[in-house]
Amino acid sequence: MRWWTFLLACSAVAAAVFFAACWLANDYYFFAGYTVLQFVVLATAWNILGGYCGYVNFGSAAFFAVGAYTTVFFHKALPLPIPALVLLAGIASGLIGLGTGYLTLRLRGAFFSIATLALAVVLQTLVVNWNYVGGSRGAYVVRPNEVALIGSYVQYLFLIMLALAVGALAVARAIERSRLGFGFATIRDDELAAEASGVPTLKLKLIATTLSGALMGMAGAPFPYYIGYLEPASAFGLPYAVNAIAMPMIGGTTSWVGPLIGALLLGTLQQVATVTISSAVNLLLVGLLLVGFVIVAPKGIVGLVQPYWGRKRKRAEPP
Amino acid sequence: MTADLFVNALVAGMLLGGFYAAVTVGISIAFGILDIVNIAHPGFVILGSYIAYMMNARFGIDPIVAGILALPVFYLLGAAIYQIYYHSFEKRGPEALRGLAFFFGLLFITEVTLILAFGVDYRYVQAAYIDRTVNLRLVHLPLRMLVPCLFSLLMLALLQLYLTRTFTGRAIMAVAQDQLALRLMAADPVRIKRIAFGISIATAAMAGAFLIIIQPVEPSVGREYIGRVFAICVLGGLGSLPGTLIGAMLLGVVESFTATFYGPSWAPAVSFGLLLATLAFRPAGLLGR
Repeated sequence: MRWWTFLLACSAVAAAVFFAACWLANDYYFFAGYTVLQFVVLATAWNILGGYCGYVNFGSAAFFAVGAYTTVFFHKALPLPIPALVLLAGIASGLIGLGTGYLTLRLRGAFFSIATLALAVVLQTLVVNWNYVGGSRGAYVVRPNEVALIGSYVQYLFLIMLALAVGALAVARAIERSRLGFGFATIRDDELAAEASGVPTLKLKLIATTLSGALMGMAGAPFPYYIGYLEPASAFGLPYAVNAIAMPMIGGTTSWVGPLIGALLLGTLQQVATVTISSAVNLLLVGLLLVGFVIVAPKGIVGLVQPYWGRKRKRAEPP
Repeated sequence: MTADLFVNALVAGMLLGGFYAAVTVGISIAFGILDIVNIAHPGFVILGSYIAYMMNARFGIDPIVAGILALPVFYLLGAAIYQIYYHSFEKRGPEALRGLAFFFGLLFITEVTLILAFGVDYRYVQAAYIDRTVNLRLVHLPLRMLVPCLFSLLMLALLQLYLTRTFTGRAIMAVAQDQLALRLMAADPVRIKRIAFGISIATAAMAGAFLIIIQPVEPSVGREYIGRVFAICVLGGLGSLPGTLIGAMLLGVVESFTATFYGPSWAPAVSFGLLLATLAFRPAGLLGR
C-alpha cells in the first residue's frame, strides 16, 4: 500500500467513526472518544522515538503541555482558529524536542531519558512562575458553543483530534518504510555499528525527537478548549507520560499498529474504569499492565499475534 | 544581601545537601556502579517515609529507628527486584528500553498504591527533636535538618568503608568494570549485583525516614526527587560516593540560595537546570572516572 492509499483508507475509517458517533447522538461518546484519540496521537508520537530509535522519552507530558500552553498563550494574545494553533503548538514543542535532543543525545541512552524527566519539571516550574498564562492558578479558556457546519464544539474538537490521529499514523507508517525508518532501526539495534557504517546517527535522532515532540505538542493544542480550564498540574500530569509509554509497550513498539492497538485498548479501558471504578485504580491498572507486559511479552500484543498473522500474509502475497 | 542571611542560607543548603546525599547514594550504587537505571528509587524513598510514618503513628517509634528496622525488608525487596530484572532484562541482552519502562512502571505503581492506601493528605511524624533549633550566635541549626544530615553522613561513611575495605564491597566496585575478572576471583557477578542492588534499595528506607523528619510527605513528592538525585549523581560523577556527597552539597546550597533570594517556587528548576547543564558540558561529572 502506498502512503496516500493508506491515508485515504485511514480517513475512510475515521469518517466512519465520526458518523457512527454522530449517529449515537450522545456527546459523551465525543468526550470519551477525544481522550482515546488523543492517546492514539501521543502513543504514536512516542513510538517514533521510543519504538523506532529505542530512546525512551519520559517527558511526554511536557511536550503535551507545551502544546496546550501554546494555545493558552495565543488564546490571550491573538485568538486563532484551532488548526492554526495546532500547527504553532507543533512548532513550539518540536523546537523543544530539538533542543533537548541536541543537549543530551550525544550521551548514552539513559541520560536522554533522565533529561526528559528533568525537562518536564523545568517547564512546569517556568509555567507556574509565568503569570501571563495563569501561573499556578491556571487559566480559563472559554470556548464557543457551536461551530458552523459541524455542530457542537465537542464534535469539532473530536474531528480535529481524529484528523491528527490519522495524520500521526500516516507519518509513522511512512517513516517505517522509508530510508529514515531503516536509519532509525539501525540506531535501535546497534548504535555504535550504525555510526561506524556511516549512518548519521545524531542527525537521525534529532529528526526523531523533533518529529515526536511536535506530534505530542499538536495533541496538546486543542486540550485547553476541551477541558475549559488548564492548570500546570493537570497539563503536566504523570498519566500522560505513563500512558504514552505504556500504550506502545503493550501494543508493540516495532510498527505503527502497536501504539494504535495499545491506545485504543488502554484508552477505552481507562474510560470505562474511570466511569465504573475510580481514576486512581485505572492508573494502577496501567502501571501493572506496563510492568507485566514488559516482563512477560516484550514485543507487546503485536508480538503475540504476529507468528499467526505473518504466516497467513506470506501465503497471500509472496515477496 | 546581609551577612547572616547569607550564612544561614549556606548552612541550610549544606544540611539539605547532607540529606540529598542519603537519597542519592542508592542511585549512585544502582546507576553508577551496576548500570541499572533505577528511576523508581524515589518511589522507594517515599515508601520508606510511609513505613516510618506508620511505625511512628502506631507504636511511637522514632522515625530513624523505624528506618533502621525497615532496612532488612528493603534489602530483600531490592534483591527480589534485581532477580526479576536480571531474568527479564539483563539475561536477554542489552535492552535499555524495556528496563527503563519496567522501573518507570514500578515508580508509578508505588505512587498509586500509596495514594490508594493513604490518600493524598500530607503525613508527618512526631519526635522530640523535630521542632527544636540550636542557635549558635549567627547560625540557626534546626534539629529536624541537622539530625537527618548527621545520620546521612554516617550512613555514607559506613557505605564507603564497606565498599573499599571488605571483599564483597570491592567486588561490587569491580562488577561494573570486569565481570570476567570477578568470576576468576571466585565471586558470582549476579550474586554480587543482587547484594549491591539490595543495599541500594535499603538506603531508600533510611532516606525515606529522613525525608519525613524534614518535611510532611504525600505520595507524589517522590517525583521532585527524580531530577534531583540524577542531577546529583551525574554532577558528582557516576558511582563515586565522595562525588555524590559533593554533588549533593552543591545542589543543596544552590537550591537554598535560590529559595532564599528568588523565592521557593523556582527551587525545583535549579536542580534540573543544573542536570541539563552538566549533561551538556561535563557529562563525566566533577569526580568522574
